[in-house]
Amino acid sequence: MLKIKDLKAQVEDNQILKGINLEINAGEVHAIMGPNGSGKSTLSSVIAGREDYEVTQGAIDFDGEDLLDLDPEERAHKGIFLSFQYPVEIPGVTVSNFIKTAINESRKGRGEEPMEAREMLAKMREKSALLEMDKSYLSRSLNEGFSGGEKKRNEIFQMAMLEPKLAILDETDSGLDIDALRIVANGVNKLRSKDNAVVVITHYQRLLDYIKPDYVHVLYQGKIVKSGGPELAHELEERGYDWIKAENA
Amino acid sequence: MTDLAQDLLSSFLVAESQLNGSRNLGVVSLRKKAMDRFEQQGFPTTRDEEWKYTNLKPVLKQDYRILLKGDDAVSFADIKKYLLSDLDTYKLVFINGKYSSWLSESTHQSFDICTFAAALNKYPEVIGDYLGKAAPEGTTFVDLNTAFADDGAFVRIKRNQTVDKPIEILYLTTDENGPAFAQNRNLIIVEQNAEVQIVERHQNIGTQPNFTNFVSEVFAAVDARVSYYKVQNDALHASLVDNTHVVQERGSNVHVGTYSFGGKLVRNNLHFYADGEHTESHMDGVTIIDDGQTVDHHTLVDHREPNCYSRELYKGIYLGNSHGVFNGKVMVRQKAQKTNAFQQNDNILLSERAKVDTKPQLEIFADDVKCSHGCTIGQLDKNALFYLRSRGIPKKEAEGLMTYAFASDALEYVKIPQLEKRLNRVIADKLGINLEFAL
Repeated sequence: MLKIKDLKAQVEDNQILKGINLEINAGEVHAIMGPNGSGKSTLSSVIAGREDYEVTQGAIDFDGEDLLDLDPEERAHKGIFLSFQYPVEIPGVTVSNFIKTAINESRKGRGEEPMEAREMLAKMREKSALLEMDKSYLSRSLNEGFSGGEKKRNEIFQMAMLEPKLAILDETDSGLDIDALRIVANGVNKLRSKDNAVVVITHYQRLLDYIKPDYVHVLYQGKIVKSGGPELAHELEERGYDWIKAENA
Repeated sequence: MTDLAQDLLSSFLVAESQLNGSRNLGVVSLRKKAMDRFEQQGFPTTRDEEWKYTNLKPVLKQDYRILLKGDDAVSFADIKKYLLSDLDTYKLVFINGKYSSWLSESTHQSFDICTFAAALNKYPEVIGDYLGKAAPEGTTFVDLNTAFADDGAFVRIKRNQTVDKPIEILYLTTDENGPAFAQNRNLIIVEQNAEVQIVERHQNIGTQPNFTNFVSEVFAAVDARVSYYKVQNDALHASLVDNTHVVQERGSNVHVGTYSFGGKLVRNNLHFYADGEHTESHMDGVTIIDDGQTVDHHTLVDHREPNCYSRELYKGIYLGNSHGVFNGKVMVRQKAQKTNAFQQNDNILLSERAKVDTKPQLEIFADDVKCSHGCTIGQLDKNALFYLRSRGIPKKEAEGLMTYAFASDALEYVKIPQLEKRLNRVIADKLGINLEFAL
């Protein structure tokens, strides 16, 4: 599904990604871990198309198409979703208006008809129930006055509504208490299928107890320095990142 | 002296004896004195501090018809779209300055919602008590209006009365063998503990570059509550100078919202005089304009008594080569301790050719007060834009949505849901986005 080849990216003159290679297939869950400043968020931003980063080398192929030529919205239309570490507040635009706009613009981008109002409403009800969100949620301004946990839940709600092929969860566990973590993870798990893939970006093992990865990668100084199975996450939890740093010194 | 000023002086000689109130000695004397002051002073130029950023010259060099006739050819179908639909309201409609009884719905039952001309005859003593008492003498446009204003809305809500439905005041201009110089005047008197909601609009339905010089005087007595909404979405060849002056007594609460989307040149002089303790003065507005348009908000809150609150929030969105001006003056007199004054002016420039001049002006003579002010001029937040685009919303729509969000929090105090919905729709239309407002 996603093939990243020798990807190098910089912001201003600061090289952050220094040659990333990663392949993700449908049905898989990948965890990307690593110390602060290793380039995890940059990688997710580059995949989603943030314009602040300049890709200087390499390629990202998504279902046989070169992603790097596409605008962020076009990538979303192809089925890429990024859950933000810090979701943005948009006063005056309700959650339901926002998600309707997002869904129908994505459909338009794919040459499809807008979703029927009734179907939209039914889907909103179903997905908000899945994330244990109160009904009043939908008529609130997007992320305005939301707690940290509510913002993250709202991200996963949007993911559930948009049904992406590839979902990237950037530090979705930060700022979540244990109950919210369970709800969010449960939401993500319910959306998993053999046709889609999930990338979980996190510092800690904690979230991976709930969303079980097939592969774990360690990103350090802009490169994937280690890959393995779920056991690698446990090892990192026990030993920290110092041994990784030492190995790559 | 400009040609227009000379025309005005000679027209006044003709008009003097014909205007409504020409048998009311007090009114006649007010008019004469005002005209004398105008003769002395003439029109302001950009050398005047108050007009530094807005050049009137292009508007004033036009040759105008000054003494206007009404227009009987206007039907309800022509004006329906300028009124709020789905809402029962009192209506006062003026065409080229003259009252149109067949398009209006006035009342004298529990309160007076009628014309200035009718009130001149019916309540000469009330006119004597209030006319010219809020709008300051010595400002050119107010003086000119005092001299020429023949008619307008008269609203008097008696003690403890709440008006059962909003009042819509519509000032129309049409083609009159040349551009019209329209001058109307409102007198709004809200007595103790009374309440009223007013929606006002100036609309040029003709093809000529008509110019309106308008004065509105509002008197809010003890504990009175006034919501006054100005919808400025006029034709792009129309210009307006609006002078609205509000005098507030103890415990009164007045909100004036100004929503400026249309017109070639719009200047709002909005003044609040807080003359009693515990008053609340609310001023807010949204401006969205494009090529060839100027909107200038000049506001004043004069805190003269202790323990008062004022809130001022203006949002501006500028496209094309449009030009916005905000000058917010807050005066806190020595006596006005414990004043709480808030002022904020936020602007977004969506074009490199758009321009904004913004100037907070605080003059504080009391030592125990809380006054805050701020102004921002910026572009849309890139991070937020990326957030929306990453959800599949194309750049243009995402910008529209964000701009809409930026503007809409200045509509928080609109108390008439139909009006709020309508304003939201206009804003969404202006920004090219499609939102459903049923939610």
